[in-house]
Amino acid sequence: MKQIDLVIVGGGPAGMSAAVAAYDNGIKNILILERDSHLGGILQQCIHNGFGLHRFGEELTGPEYAWRYEQQVYERNIPYLLNTMVLDISPEKVVTATNSEEGVFQIQAKAVILAMGCRERSKGALNIAGTRPSGIFSAGTAQKYVNLKGYMPGKNVVILGSGDIGLIMARRMTLEGAKVHAVCELMPYSGGLARNIEQCLNDFGIPLRLSHTVVEIHGKQRLEGVTIAKVDENRRPIPETREYIPCDTLLLSVGLIPENELSKTAGVPLDRVTSGAVVDQDRQTSVEGIFACGNVLHVHDLVDYVSEEAEIAGKSAVAYIQGITAERTDIPLSTDGKIRYTVPQRITQKKDVTVFFRVADVYRNVTIRVSDGDRVIYSKKKLKVAPGEMESITLRPDQFADAKALSFALEVK
Amino acid sequence: MTYDVAVIGAGVVGGMIARELSSYKLNLCILEKAHDVAMGASSANSAIVHAGFDAKEGSLKALLNVQGSEMMAKTCQELGVKYKNNGSLVIGFNEEDMETIRSLYTRGVTNGVKGLEILDSDALHALEPNVSKNATCALYAPTGSIVCPYELTIASVGNAMDNGASLLLDFAVSAIEEDADAFTLKAEDGRTVKAKYIINAAGLYADAIAEMVGDTSFQIHARRGEYVLLDKESGNLIKSTIFRTPSKMGKGILVSPTVDGNLITGPTSVDIGEKENKATTPDGLAHVMRETRENVDGVMYNQTITSFCGLRAVGSTGDFIINMPRDRFVNVAGIESPGLSSAPAIAKYVVELLKKAEMPLEKDPTFSPLRAPMHAFREAGIEEKNEIIKKDPAYGRIICRCETVTEGEILAAIRQNPKPRDLDGVKRRTRAQMGRCQGGFCSPYIVELLAQEMQVPYESVTKFGGDSYINVGKTKGVD
Ligand SMILES: Cc1cc2nc3c(=O)[nH]c(=O)nc-3n(C[C@H](O)[C@H](O)[C@H](O)COP(=O)(O)OP(=O)(O)OC[C@H]3O[C@@H](n4cnc5c(N)ncnc54)[C@H](O)[C@@H]3O)c2cc1C
Ligand SMILES: Cc1cc2nc3c(=O)[nH]c(=O)nc-3n(C[C@H](O)[C@H](O)[C@H](O)COP(=O)(O)OP(=O)(O)OC[C@H]3O[C@@H](n4cnc5c(N)ncnc54)[C@H](O)[C@@H]3O)c2cc1C
Repeated sequence: MKQIDLVIVGGGPAGMSAAVAAYDNGIKNILILERDSHLGGILQQCIHNGFGLHRFGEELTGPEYAWRYEQQVYERNIPYLLNTMVLDISPEKVVTATNSEEGVFQIQAKAVILAMGCRERSKGALNIAGTRPSGIFSAGTAQKYVNLKGYMPGKNVVILGSGDIGLIMARRMTLEGAKVHAVCELMPYSGGLARNIEQCLNDFGIPLRLSHTVVEIHGKQRLEGVTIAKVDENRRPIPETREYIPCDTLLLSVGLIPENELSKTAGVPLDRVTSGAVVDQDRQTSVEGIFACGNVLHVHDLVDYVSEEAEIAGKSAVAYIQGITAERTDIPLSTDGKIRYTVPQRITQKKDVTVFFRVADVYRNVTIRVSDGDRVIYSKKKLKVAPGEMESITLRPDQFADAKALSFALEVK
Repeated sequence: MTYDVAVIGAGVVGGMIARELSSYKLNLCILEKAHDVAMGASSANSAIVHAGFDAKEGSLKALLNVQGSEMMAKTCQELGVKYKNNGSLVIGFNEEDMETIRSLYTRGVTNGVKGLEILDSDALHALEPNVSKNATCALYAPTGSIVCPYELTIASVGNAMDNGASLLLDFAVSAIEEDADAFTLKAEDGRTVKAKYIINAAGLYADAIAEMVGDTSFQIHARRGEYVLLDKESGNLIKSTIFRTPSKMGKGILVSPTVDGNLITGPTSVDIGEKENKATTPDGLAHVMRETRENVDGVMYNQTITSFCGLRAVGSTGDFIINMPRDRFVNVAGIESPGLSSAPAIAKYVVELLKKAEMPLEKDPTFSPLRAPMHAFREAGIEEKNEIIKKDPAYGRIICRCETVTEGEILAAIRQNPKPRDLDGVKRRTRAQMGRCQGGFCSPYIVELLAQEMQVPYESVTKFGGDSYINVGKTKGVD
């Protein structure tokens, strides 16, 4: 069996940043395994701009952002295999993969970084009643047809879900000559970035129907229309508000799910809220030597944060392989519901820790508070927080050094 | 050319009959109105090989179900179709259910079902710990099994074709004329086919076909059955197929693993007027989920992969209608449940009927009952896989990530009888697009493979034929 120090599963922005960070910190025996025919992950189909503002202070397109990291991989001659799908990872860090050249092969790794990204929730998961015609696509699939294959999936479009991909595709389809009749969002607010609502919907006069959902699909062969309805506060459709919209295309942008099938084969415990691994500040999972970063860990709206997180994982994997640690501790982090989750979910070493989190609703005039039992160790005021935008705070070891457990809460005025 | 036999309908019944007939020296065709085979009830059902305790004593259903269920393992082995003998349980919640279970037991014994046992709560939960704690008793049928119904249909038609049968798709029989020794079958699009014998296996439309030759002795109506299918993560909640004890309210919702390891829950049972309406309904889906939760603990509907609806072809007589209302014309109608379980036996039964009617039938010594399995690569070991990949690198390229289906497998399926011509056809043959993302990743690539193999433009590939197009044309920048 081949022996490799660090195997990275997935060559998207997370995998590439992790590889570069690991390399620069002293581990050269690295292999990136990527199932697609190119590095760059989902960025390759995101030809809009809006990437890299935080990292590079510039507005890049997805492929441009990816290119910056590809170059770093190439400059360092970090080995990678394309068209190579990882099929299994064992808790002992044996990675099984397949491609056309080598067939099915196995590698014994000292450390593994999971960077598999996420996939879109499909129509099936929504259980919408009605027929099953063609013309229903996840927004990312439509994006693939339009941007990579050069084909238009339809002309009259309704979009369900106001996630960023849906918003981006509303604009893309409009620019390609399609008519987007509405973007329906189940929640009373959009899950997408404010700037995308402005630039992708408002600028094109596309109506955003908040608290609305699609309740029925019509059409025997090709989609002929959808029935939408307003929902009450329990998100149940209100029958009197049913409204028929003729359309030939329904795009779904109803959420992303971290792609954790492999993590499960490795026995990595997952967080029920993020659907990603439970990790410590190093992005190490509960299985020693297996790390996770990027969208496979939790869904990010900005790729800049993906790169940042991946660098932590890359550096930490090196420290793990070299057997270097700071003073150990074990502090679980918990949340109050208004804060839905934190990453990391536990702190295992006494060093600076940046904790990322998302909130459950739109709140104004809030205080973010971190406490150890009754003792508040950190607090910060914010004018507004929203589910679509990830928050972060940084804690120093002197703040949490002898804490038993940390709870994260949001106080709303 | 005049065919010896035309089989109308490429469902599991038409397919198994065609396969059986292809073992004789006959010139055979199968006429199917859809864009592919297995587009009717045979693709949307519970996929259970019933043990045979359900059908009324002495009925054709009872006879053919028990026979069919005994033949199924061998049939699936010959055709390389997924089949699993997982046993089935009818669970009861009270004394009334217990009564029914006792009578099902007696009926089963009369019908010739082997190994039936009545279980108390302890024995039931020892076998299936996740069955609702409220269940107090059960009928256990060790011969109950599960099968992949569309695979069985595809394989039976394919095997008939490998043995010389022709398949005509998009051929909706709309009129039948007769001269001295042959029928002329006319399609809606004007094509015609001549055949000496007709087998009417047209499912929901068997009554319309019978009427074309003057037989109005029965009617068929549609009864909707809705399902919710869950991810493989839910697939091992139970091992056996769990039925609810039938009551005045109907047969109830079943919960079963599928041969691919998913969990199937359903069906509802509602008579509808139309024969084309395969829409699912909010009420139907809610009913499935509610009753499933009563029967089995721990079913998580946030793991839903898809929901769908099948239409039962309910005959007006209450039993299977297999007869010859006139010379050289066989009805195989009203084949509702347990039609899938009975299909291999129905095929034998039809041949016996033809023999009795003195149709000249001579065994074809070149007939082979075997078909290359569609999932051999999946099940191969690492070394075997590597041998295959060395010969054909396409087997090293994964197209469907969720179900791990390779380009090699997809191309093999596209080239094997009966050849798929659309996305859903590839899906039923390879499982590509059947996983958690439902084709989100791979469908654009499968469209490409289909276009290449059929040598047609990319945008002309459909989901399931007709107007079910996927792309309307090129984007602005592309020419
Ligand atoms: C449509 C869309 C629009 C976006 N818009 C913006 C924006 O405007 N601005 C912004 O900053 N961010 C945006 N983002 C977010 C950003 O693109 C993502 O957060 C980032 O790409 C995630 O990086 P990743 O490496 O974790 O995942 P990915 O980019 O998904 O990469 C994961 C890689 O792993 C590979 N992989 C998975 N499983 C396996 C396996 N078993 N074997 C081998 N390889 C495997 C995949 O093929 C893929 O290449 C957008 C995201 C999407 C989806
Ligand atoms: C909800 C449901 C659940 C079921 N569960 C089970 C089960 O668990 N176990 C079991 O044993 N059985 C079950 N069944 C029954 C089983 O599915 C059927 O008995 C079986 O599939 C019938 O096969 P068929 O070939 O007769 O019909 P179909 O598969 O419907 O095939 C008929 C074919 O004829 C074609 N056709 C119709 N009109 C024309 C025309 N004019 N010209 C050309 N072609 C035409 C149709 O397009 C169709 O392809 C279930 C059925 C349903 C609906």
